[in-house]
Amino acid sequence: MAKKLINVTVNGKSEERAVEPRTLLVHFLREDLHLTGAHIGCETSHCGACTVDLDGKSVKSCTHLAVQCDGSQVTTVEGLADKGVLHAVQEGFYKEHGLQCGFCTPGMLVRAYRFLQENPNPSEDEIRVGMSGNLCRCTGYQNIVKAVQYAARKLQSATAA
Amino acid sequence: MSAVIQTPEDREASLAGIGVSRLRKEDARFIQGKGNYVDDIKMPGMLHMDIVRSPIAHGRIKRINKEAALAIPGVRAVLTAEDLKPLKLHWMPTLAGDVAAVLADEKVHFQMQEVAVVIADDRYIAADGVEAVEVEYEELPVVIDPYAALAADAPVLREDLAGKTAGAHGPRDHHNHIFTWEAGDRSAADAAFAAAPIKVEQHMHYPRVHPCPLETCGCVASFDPIRGDLTTYITSQAPHVVRTVVSMLSGIPESKVRIVSPDIGGGFGNKVGIYPGYVCAIVSSIVLGRPVKWVEDRIENISSTAFARDYHMDGELAATEDGKILGLRVNVLADHGAFDACADPTKFPAGLFHICSGSYDIGAAHCSVKGVYTNKAPGGVAYRCSFRVTEAVYLIERMVDVLAQRLNIDKAEIRRRNFIRKEQFPYTSPFGFEYDSGDYHTALQKALDALDYPALRAEQAAKRADPNSPTLMGIGLVSFTEVVGAGPSKMCDILGVGMFDSCEIRIHPTGSAIARMGTITQGQGHQTTYAQIIATELGIPSEVIQVEEGDTSTAPYGLGTYGSRSTPVAGAAIAMAARKIHAKARKIAAHMLEVSEADLDWEVDRFKVRGDDSRFKTMADVAWQSYHQPPAGLEPGLEAVHYYDPPNFTYPFGIYLCVVDIDRATGESKVRRFYALDDCGTRINPMIIEGQIHGGLTEGFAVAMGQQMPFDAQGNLLGNTLMDYFLPTAVETPKWETDYTVTPSPHHPLGAKGVAESPHVGSIPTFTSAVVDAFAHVGVTHLDMPHTSFRVWQALRDHGLAL
Repeated sequence: MAKKLINVTVNGKSEERAVEPRTLLVHFLREDLHLTGAHIGCETSHCGACTVDLDGKSVKSCTHLAVQCDGSQVTTVEGLADKGVLHAVQEGFYKEHGLQCGFCTPGMLVRAYRFLQENPNPSEDEIRVGMSGNLCRCTGYQNIVKAVQYAARKLQSATAA
Repeated sequence: MSAVIQTPEDREASLAGIGVSRLRKEDARFIQGKGNYVDDIKMPGMLHMDIVRSPIAHGRIKRINKEAALAIPGVRAVLTAEDLKPLKLHWMPTLAGDVAAVLADEKVHFQMQEVAVVIADDRYIAADGVEAVEVEYEELPVVIDPYAALAADAPVLREDLAGKTAGAHGPRDHHNHIFTWEAGDRSAADAAFAAAPIKVEQHMHYPRVHPCPLETCGCVASFDPIRGDLTTYITSQAPHVVRTVVSMLSGIPESKVRIVSPDIGGGFGNKVGIYPGYVCAIVSSIVLGRPVKWVEDRIENISSTAFARDYHMDGELAATEDGKILGLRVNVLADHGAFDACADPTKFPAGLFHICSGSYDIGAAHCSVKGVYTNKAPGGVAYRCSFRVTEAVYLIERMVDVLAQRLNIDKAEIRRRNFIRKEQFPYTSPFGFEYDSGDYHTALQKALDALDYPALRAEQAAKRADPNSPTLMGIGLVSFTEVVGAGPSKMCDILGVGMFDSCEIRIHPTGSAIARMGTITQGQGHQTTYAQIIATELGIPSEVIQVEEGDTSTAPYGLGTYGSRSTPVAGAAIAMAARKIHAKARKIAAHMLEVSEADLDWEVDRFKVRGDDSRFKTMADVAWQSYHQPPAGLEPGLEAVHYYDPPNFTYPFGIYLCVVDIDRATGESKVRRFYALDDCGTRINPMIIEGQIHGGLTEGFAVAMGQQMPFDAQGNLLGNTLMDYFLPTAVETPKWETDYTVTPSPHHPLGAKGVAESPHVGSIPTFTSAVVDAFAHVGVTHLDMPHTSFRVWQALRDHGLAL
């Protein structure tokens, strides 16, 4: 199949690759760029394990084509920590036991990262709705809610300071 | 030595041992996208496999044409049953003593059955190849209803079993019959029923559901034709068993087979079995001499890998007029699908279903489970439970509610009257289980007090009295007993291998340690909790204890992680291995301190000379000495292995209470409160226990309120994606309230019983109990799951309660 040259900025780094037009964004990230944080859980946009941030929005990378992302900015879970310092959402998930098997976690974190920019001071119900595109089979969400609350507090205090 | 003399309490705190809510060691990699799941593994020259599956549920394969697929650039091979036949790998043994087709051999038995595999340069080309394989079928009559499967003129599903009048579990009396398994004392139960003034009966269906972990199943198989060894990375909850089976099937010596379970994205029973995809990937790697990756998609996962439940149950209780239960009879028709591929201990084709006398002192009981073939996918695994325990607990808890309603006795009170009393433990059940410990009355009272049960009943009465109430209120109560930690090898084996588990601990010269285990974590946090056990046993900080699992080339043989067996069995193996090291360390310390062993006291992390606090040796001191200059007559080094064969199962229990408000206009059930009191004996890491309980409750909520695998008459599975199959989001999921009592297991070295499955087992009947309770005032005694809004609305309509 003929390939198309695309350029995507992933976690701040410009990446130029020739891909088949049918290549899914998640496969581009995982197979071509070796960023295996985003996982594939359902292929129907339901589970959110493949969630990445695309030009400031949370998207399910299993139902985006890589060629659609030509010229775009993508942030994956690998891009959340800054020079070895965990992002507040990563710290929150760790401190509040917001993960078990870890398979949904990268998608959850990337979604939480965006959600807290959309709504920096959410109520519990708003967190539950805001995170509802991401499924978890292990935690029952209770500690994920706490993890997002932890991150919200931390980000708010950083803003205040 | 440090100038600051720490108190024993300070030193104990610094170990982060048993009882500490230690943060998880696993998390650092997962929160940074550095987990290592099967699909993350890449090997040089790796090919990709995809599977051609049957669109129909029952039919003969007339013809398979591979030509178009093989013509696609990048397709390396297409394999069918014909190709596997010369290797005798077109069928494989199941864990249940049956055989299952690896690739369909002349016939397909269920929709989505594996028919051929395509191996190609990448996963896209493999999928193209699957599309291009042409298969011509002749359709045969389909059997979906397990009752219809036993009709005299029902179609013969398993022609390969023609003439076999006995299976692995006794005689077969019909061509679609697999086994009939009985437990208890039929005549004693019949006598109890004949004499009893009160009898109740209830039919119930526990629907076919799927464990549906977020990561699907898959493997990377790599056969090295030069060395003749096979390495397979696999989504398995039992890698050592996989190695044994792979060796038996392939003829490759077990010493040349290495099975690695890397990070596992949830298992819940789905990753116990050995699936055709694994076998085909291994064969493909052997044939092509290159690594082959196979990862199923979600539709394949739900459609073809192991389902759970599908029990059609008839329960009967005999009782006195004041609600004392005298007898229990249970008859089950078990739909096993096309091949009997249940994952149960070999001797128990219905698992541990005979725990169905529950938490109650019942004089006489009998159960009979009949397994049948239908045109559905094989399976029958324990979905976040010990073997068939969820079904058993559902049955008895529902029956006790039915009896309570019949006698107009409150469901808390009827439980109180029938509980096994604290002083009766160890208690032998009418089915022969020896319950290790329990205190049900105390736990029940704590639960009732926590939610002010009388106030809830008063509120419910007021709502019932108000014909304009927009909601019906239901109160669910369950008091379950589980049986986990399989199990004593005199009773439990898998393919002849006893269900022990193992631990190897090595203390390094500078006092840090590594432990290797026969189990494999799938989110339970073994790397965290196992280290805590060693920390407490040996006085080494858990921070410097590394825990490794899942690689059969390094870990000692173990039966794996399912049936809540990690803490009851492997946790005990850790304690026993640690105690061997402790005994040797004591000898070394005595030598170092020039006293007799009897003059030493152990305190947190050190051996002290009795009566002289200034003379002591820490475990780190002893470790150095053991490598540096051990006492004469002692081997150098400080390590131990222990294979723990448990003397008994463990019996965790709990009391769950749930309040639902049902919208009379829409049938929506809103869980207002859910309170879960669990008693898992000694608690190793309360944070992890609570997390496991949250997860189990949520999976129970999913099963009770929405999960099902419905089939149409042609055997099409109506709903095999996450569009249809219910996995709750954060929005639907209730908020959980957890609580506990501690009744240690007397036979477990740490007193621990295991916990992760209790909340699934216990919560499911609690939801049903609550939904049914909302209708109890109009005489409803049972409603089958799932309690979806539509089904609940139908019940409202049928009883004139809909608004």
